[in-house]
Amino acid sequence: MTEKLLNIENNIENSDEKSITFTYGGLLQGVRQSLLVALSVFTYGLVFGVLAQQVGLSLVEALLMSGLVFAGSSQFAVMGLWTYPLPILTIVLTTLVVNLRHLLMGAAIGPFMRPLKIWQRYLSLFFLNDESWALTMSQFAKGKKNGAFLLGSGLTLFVAWTGSTAAGRWLGTVIKDPSSWGLDFAFPAVFIALLVGLWKGKADGLPWVVAGIVAMAASWWLPGKWYILLGGLVGSFVGAWRSGD
Amino acid sequence: MEISFEVFLTILGMALVTYSTRIGGSWLINRATLSKRVERWLSYLPGTILIAIVGPEILRSGLAGIIAGLVTALVALRSGSLLLAMLTGVASIWLLRLF
Repeated sequence: MTEKLLNIENNIENSDEKSITFTYGGLLQGVRQSLLVALSVFTYGLVFGVLAQQVGLSLVEALLMSGLVFAGSSQFAVMGLWTYPLPILTIVLTTLVVNLRHLLMGAAIGPFMRPLKIWQRYLSLFFLNDESWALTMSQFAKGKKNGAFLLGSGLTLFVAWTGSTAAGRWLGTVIKDPSSWGLDFAFPAVFIALLVGLWKGKADGLPWVVAGIVAMAASWWLPGKWYILLGGLVGSFVGAWRSGD
Repeated sequence: MEISFEVFLTILGMALVTYSTRIGGSWLINRATLSKRVERWLSYLPGTILIAIVGPEILRSGLAGIIAGLVTALVALRSGSLLLAMLTGVASIWLLRLF
């Protein structure tokens, strides 16, 4: 991408709403400030690659998923659903529901990005992810409103995520007979660790317990993997309903 | 270089719904406002979905699964490292199954 392409005439500085820019400098800033996060994304990607190999995805397929979907928690979630013939509808719906939280991040960042060109906005938003969003919002809060920061940060994590997916997929082929080494427990272990990171306090208690109970009951009574959506939806409804207005 | 049509279609579907969630928030907010209740509902989703995945899975792996799960949670809490937590979980279920 050339300087000319990125240095758009959006840097009108008079009103606050219009003060966002989209420059090569901002892009580099986003890259630089995401390097440390990229390291931890890399370890997640390694784990994802190993799991992808276990469920039978080829290297190309695993890379295609990491490149086109580029959303870790949903990719982890569907690995738990990945049995052939694929339950396509369940997989796509689960992806949608797990990623609905992007709506929140997009809603928070949206007003800042409104003055940008359409291609700048929609290209940057392809790379929207939890970490880049948090970094970008903190930049904006400091008054450094460069829309290309999100793109730079997102691209950095994209490289880390796809690269580590490939590395992990290769690593998976080295290990023979995963269950005799307890590797079948890699899934649950990863999810438990992700959950520990998601816990924000007592308010999560009831929704999580409800989600767990509904899912366990539904996995007993219902066919397929519908228990995941059912448990997740009921639990989150309980949380939203209980916390009042 | 194998890629099956079934897998390609599934990944394409996943990619489309994911991209729509990425642009949807910014699109919506420039036209309407999300209520606080909807915001809260969305914020609970990732956690409850993960619980719904992992709960039945743990139950299926029995007592060893429950113990290994607790050990994993403890390590994740202390270290904050996904990789370390995963390795601990795998190692502890392997050990527990030896008995």
